[in-house]
Amino acid sequence: MGQTLAQKVYESHVVRRTAGEPDLLYIDLHLVHEVTSPQAFDGLRAAGRRVRRPDLTMATEDHNVPTLDILSPIADPVSRAQVEALRRNAAEFGIRLAPMGDRDQGIVHVIGPQLGLTQPGMTIVCGDSHTSTHGAFGALAFGIGTSEVEHVLATQTLPQYPAKQMSVTVDGELPAGVSAKDVILAVIAEIGTGGGQGHVIEYRGSAIEALSMEARMTICNMSIEAGARAGLIAPDQTTFDFLQGRPHAPQGADWDAAVAHWSTLRTDPDAVFDREVHIDAASLTPYVTWGTNPGQGLPIGASVPDPAQIADENERRAAESALAYMGLTAGTPLREIEVDTVFLGSCTNGRIEDLRVAAALLAGKHVDPNTRMLVVPGSVGVKQQAEAEGLDRVFIDAGAEWRGAGCSMCLGMNPDQLKPGERSASTSNRNFQGRQGKGGRTHLVSPAVAAATALTGRLTAPADLEMAGV
Amino acid sequence: MDAFTTHTGTAAPLRRSNVDTDQIIPAEYLKRITRTGFEDGLFVAWRTNEPDFVLNQPQYAGASILVAGPDFGTGSSREHANWALLDGGFRVVISPRFADIFRNNSTKAGLLTVVLPEADVEALWAAVEADPALPVTVDLQAEQVTYGDVTVPFQIDPYTRWRLLEGLDDVGLTERHLDDITAFEAQRPAWLPRSLPALPA
Repeated sequence: MGQTLAQKVYESHVVRRTAGEPDLLYIDLHLVHEVTSPQAFDGLRAAGRRVRRPDLTMATEDHNVPTLDILSPIADPVSRAQVEALRRNAAEFGIRLAPMGDRDQGIVHVIGPQLGLTQPGMTIVCGDSHTSTHGAFGALAFGIGTSEVEHVLATQTLPQYPAKQMSVTVDGELPAGVSAKDVILAVIAEIGTGGGQGHVIEYRGSAIEALSMEARMTICNMSIEAGARAGLIAPDQTTFDFLQGRPHAPQGADWDAAVAHWSTLRTDPDAVFDREVHIDAASLTPYVTWGTNPGQGLPIGASVPDPAQIADENERRAAESALAYMGLTAGTPLREIEVDTVFLGSCTNGRIEDLRVAAALLAGKHVDPNTRMLVVPGSVGVKQQAEAEGLDRVFIDAGAEWRGAGCSMCLGMNPDQLKPGERSASTSNRNFQGRQGKGGRTHLVSPAVAAATALTGRLTAPADLEMAGV
Repeated sequence: MDAFTTHTGTAAPLRRSNVDTDQIIPAEYLKRITRTGFEDGLFVAWRTNEPDFVLNQPQYAGASILVAGPDFGTGSSREHANWALLDGGFRVVISPRFADIFRNNSTKAGLLTVVLPEADVEALWAAVEADPALPVTVDLQAEQVTYGDVTVPFQIDPYTRWRLLEGLDDVGLTERHLDDITAFEAQRPAWLPRSLPALPA
């Protein structure tokens, strides 16, 4: 029987296999940030251990960093102490760190690909669930907890069991205004937040093959919201073109050898998936979430669902509590929901293509006077590129705020937060209660919907703008 | 990590599905660099905003077994969620389905996660709601949950069970195989990337 892409990558990294024990899997790249690492470094120190492969480890500061005054010390003493702990640990253990102000700094899942450290066929881990992002390159990439961070630092391996295999095939052509974010929100709405549990998801089909690397990263990023630790896409010419010339990509003869290997990284025709999901790209429309988990999403033309119509008791109870938290009434058209804040950024949608899409919609127009729009590039590199293209001027002229790089309003760990009761349209990945700030209400959207929403002050698809003459 | 063999305590019925790790402990508590003392962040939003939240009810105050709906521990990989549950006095979480990373983190932190079918979770909810003082025993050796005259078997992979029973540290176990790791490293392709030295853009 043939192997899936994920199985090929997994099998080529098995260091040791013994009956009755998990496999020992080699890790090619370990990404580190300030939040999930301090206790791991403490563990190394307590046991007198060193970092086995500092040269396969890369650290950055992202979750805590303010996106204003980024060259000043962090005002919040607890955040500052955490960032300073990472700096001390990186220095003590000889790990490369891209600190605030560095040209390589940014969200950990944006800088790996940007630097060319993320490559096909690799195993990549990070103490962050959105490590699945790197699967866009055909890497097996997944999030780990702090105990595992310590394990990888010490041994460059992880005990693992093979995952079950799921395919999500998206065939056909995406309609105009429908993006990768809408595809993955539709997938999560279809299979649920536990649908991918225990599985690695391979995204395939003509609609996936047609996507840019940025769009593929958006899809793989949210595999975890579908319950799958990892999601991946077979590498192809789009992947190779993205990587060629990046600082850590192979060069010369090494490049040729690498591409020859990468070209073998495809699921065999006779490989068997444990579960297969099919989506017709042409049937998709912009998706938005109405509830407090990422599976609670609907096409933007729909209305807030009525919990009474939901048969499953757990789902019904979840919907009731979501509507209460979100301050929504069943039957309200999603397009009538007004927002206070629009957030464009995060490891899901903070890359250059996301900013371009939003800027194209905002150019020459102005953000709704009652709506605040925050534009946060995913990395210093993305910020510099956007500024070279003049996108910063487009955002500023439209009345949006142009910020420094970081995780920002994706999660409440830095000054960018919603106030209690405030409502956002957000290009991030989680609409959990309080995720963007205590009492904050989040609607997950694509960059295009975010920009259109910023212009009208209520959830809006790009196509609505033309009809409304905005 | 403390060994886990068997545990008897009272249970708290958390009748919610999709309990994400942001609810178990919000991000603002993750700024700390210690490994203990996270009990103040455990379910803090629900404890603060919902007077009748299960852990605000005095009859469940001493519970050490949390019984939750499906998809417990979704979202962020924060092991702080597992630490907060342990710091809050829980040794076991029972649910019909756990998020993969949460479950994996639990086995490292010494928190036992037990998967039971939804019907068994419903029955356990009903039993502890009828009698919050009902002793519930989770026996890892025998792989069964017992309360009243009910015994429900559960499954766990044998290796994880052995590690938990012995309270073994993974890093120490892996270090027995350093020769295998070194041998693997010797045959990795030379073109694979290294983060050091930093290369110019």
